[in-house]
Amino acid sequence: MSKLNLDPKLIDSSRNAARNIADDVQKFIDEHTTSATERTVVRLLGIDGVDEIEKPLPNVVVDNIKEGGGLGRGAAYWIGNAVVNTGNTPQEIAEKIARGEIDITRLPAANEEKIREVIFDMAEKTVERIKANREKRSDLISTLGEGKRPYLYVIVATGNIYEDIIQAQAAARQGADVIAVIRTTGQSLLDYVPYGATTEGFGGTYATQENFKLMRKALDEVGEEVGRYIRLCNYCSGLCMPEIAAMGAMERLDMMLNDALYGILFRDINMQRTLVDQYFSRIINGFAGIIINTGEDNYLTTDDAVEAAHTVLASQFINEQFAKKAGIPEEQMGLGHAFEMDPTLENGFLYELAQAQMAREIFPNAPLKYMPPTKYMTGNIFKGHIQDALFNMVSIMTNQGIQLLGMLTEAIHTPHLHDRYLSIENAQYIFSNARNLGDEIEFKEGGMIQNRAQEVLGNAEELLTQIEKEGLFQTIEQGKFGGVKRARTGGKGLDGVAKKDSGYFNPFIELMLGGDR
Amino acid sequence: MVEVAKVDLTNVKPYGDTLNDGMVQLGFTLPVPAGDEAGEAARQLAKKMGLDEPSVVYYKDLGVGYTYFVVYGKCAHTVDYTKIEVPKVDVDVMSKEGVEEYIKDHIKRKVVIVGACTGTDAHTVGIDAIMNMKGYAGHYGLERYEGMEAYNLGSQVPNEELVAKAIELNADAILVSQVVTQKDVHIPNLTQLVELLEAEGIRDKVVLTCGGPRISHELAKELGYDAGFGTGSFAEDVATFVVTEMVNRNLV
Repeated sequence: MSKLNLDPKLIDSSRNAARNIADDVQKFIDEHTTSATERTVVRLLGIDGVDEIEKPLPNVVVDNIKEGGGLGRGAAYWIGNAVVNTGNTPQEIAEKIARGEIDITRLPAANEEKIREVIFDMAEKTVERIKANREKRSDLISTLGEGKRPYLYVIVATGNIYEDIIQAQAAARQGADVIAVIRTTGQSLLDYVPYGATTEGFGGTYATQENFKLMRKALDEVGEEVGRYIRLCNYCSGLCMPEIAAMGAMERLDMMLNDALYGILFRDINMQRTLVDQYFSRIINGFAGIIINTGEDNYLTTDDAVEAAHTVLASQFINEQFAKKAGIPEEQMGLGHAFEMDPTLENGFLYELAQAQMAREIFPNAPLKYMPPTKYMTGNIFKGHIQDALFNMVSIMTNQGIQLLGMLTEAIHTPHLHDRYLSIENAQYIFSNARNLGDEIEFKEGGMIQNRAQEVLGNAEELLTQIEKEGLFQTIEQGKFGGVKRARTGGKGLDGVAKKDSGYFNPFIELMLGGDR
Repeated sequence: MVEVAKVDLTNVKPYGDTLNDGMVQLGFTLPVPAGDEAGEAARQLAKKMGLDEPSVVYYKDLGVGYTYFVVYGKCAHTVDYTKIEVPKVDVDVMSKEGVEEYIKDHIKRKVVIVGACTGTDAHTVGIDAIMNMKGYAGHYGLERYEGMEAYNLGSQVPNEELVAKAIELNADAILVSQVVTQKDVHIPNLTQLVELLEAEGIRDKVVLTCGGPRISHELAKELGYDAGFGTGSFAEDVATFVVTEMVNRNLV
């Protein structure tokens, strides 16, 4: 039942417009592939490691394909062809390419049926492994249990995976349910994924498959100890979106930041590139049972949280539709929003409450990801702790799903060990103390909270109808989201986009989207 | 009647609830397990920091054999306030309208300003607060200033690109924001920009400033910048400096 008296017709109309917007972009996505998408196929076919100059083998293989003009046919075809020709495994083929012994697009063309057969054989094995990870997660959750929602989500960001592990285990013992390992600054712009365990990073730690594996093991151990499944989160955005998704699926990550719009607006990644990348990454995340987190909260760090509130809602509608296309169930859609209004605003708490309740009612099954105040955190840690408390209050009153805990030292430094403890204690206190407050209250009909939510929904519907007419690419070019303008052919990574040719195939899309879930 | 004691500015120490009580509050973690020994360790450490009568008012096991403490103590040290000198951006800050008027009267053309968050830094809050139309906390950004053309290049801009853009636009001023300062990553990055500008022969032709929560005017000067702006700076602080510096250095 709606506490906000939202007009269901406006919600339906918004959702329809968002569907049409996503349909329109999907046509473009279906006709294209990217270097990152193909590197992901390469990884999922079992290729890993680096060459003698530390270049990841998936890059070696895809660069070789690209140089041969074969990107449009897809890596699966070329690897399949090489396997049929040589009888080698994909890994052996990659190593031969690295040593300059094979030029993958210059091998004789084998029978296409045969190629599909060997590739699907291998692909099915990887898909089985990912499925087994999904089942293992469900088993662990049913035997160990899990934290109550909102999940307490904290970040670790030391730059050193072994130091991260200490901090993550400490956080889990203090009550955290989700550990996100922040990536080193700049990783989103790398067009490759570094290899191996890493101990040097700035403001975060490299996302590598080995680091994923080490942290997974550490969280499983501490989860046993505290009797709660501890979720692991990383960042599936930037130029290697689908590769990170594949690595996460293989190492049983549970949550991934995953939002093309975020990359376009805030990392200046080319929109064509990242929307194609996002599609495959979301298929993988969806199949692997990974909850995606979208980045709408960021709009409010560059734009005003009161005036731009409707852009958050509009983007949530669009992200919902893109997620659906990639087979992500609603239960895995961690749509983002944030508590970012200026604290000096009179009745700001009421507006925040309206926004959070509105998102809850419009996306009833999504585990909404709620982000803490950052923009108006000042270095006054005591006031900051109270801002975080109000944020926690809104969350428990509106049944948010994932609570990214605010840190009293936001705007000063990456969290110290005890900052995290203080934040967890803050959230636990408020969540427990006001657990069912939301069930006990209704909002005054025609009051400030109802009116505010209705106004935001109305504006979002208007914006979506406009985008539906003009197209998503054009809307971004005009700077409608986050107040940031990006050109269709601007930004990083456009050279990695290729039109698919008629012989293109990607076995994983077929297996993960169509197969047994 | 006892009068309130007078502050001795040559011997200043912290004020809790009585002048010169020296009261200081601390929060920190020691990598030792919670218990009496941990409390004693925190107390001894506080003593070594120069705190008399340290008192551990709270401690908590952090879950990895480490302990968090809240400690109070009376600071034994003093400073001579009368001898303090802090290098500052030495201008009387004008309002937005004041700056606009100043440009009209003294510069008589558009002032071109290019800003960016450079290197690997992706945190644009600072540069956005100074440059974007909306500004921050009621202080409009440079984009809204009449007589200014402000270009915010956004995040993770390589120094080379920033310099190229400054040359292309014939910029009068360059603003660099650095928020991520973990492991001092901002220092080589800021230094490289100065070197690039010198190599291009345009260092003297632009007003060069940097800003960020860990940036002081002193540090900025040391690195070869004309000014540095820390926390609490607004668009008018930067704007005032840029336009007056342009006039002072005859860059109009």
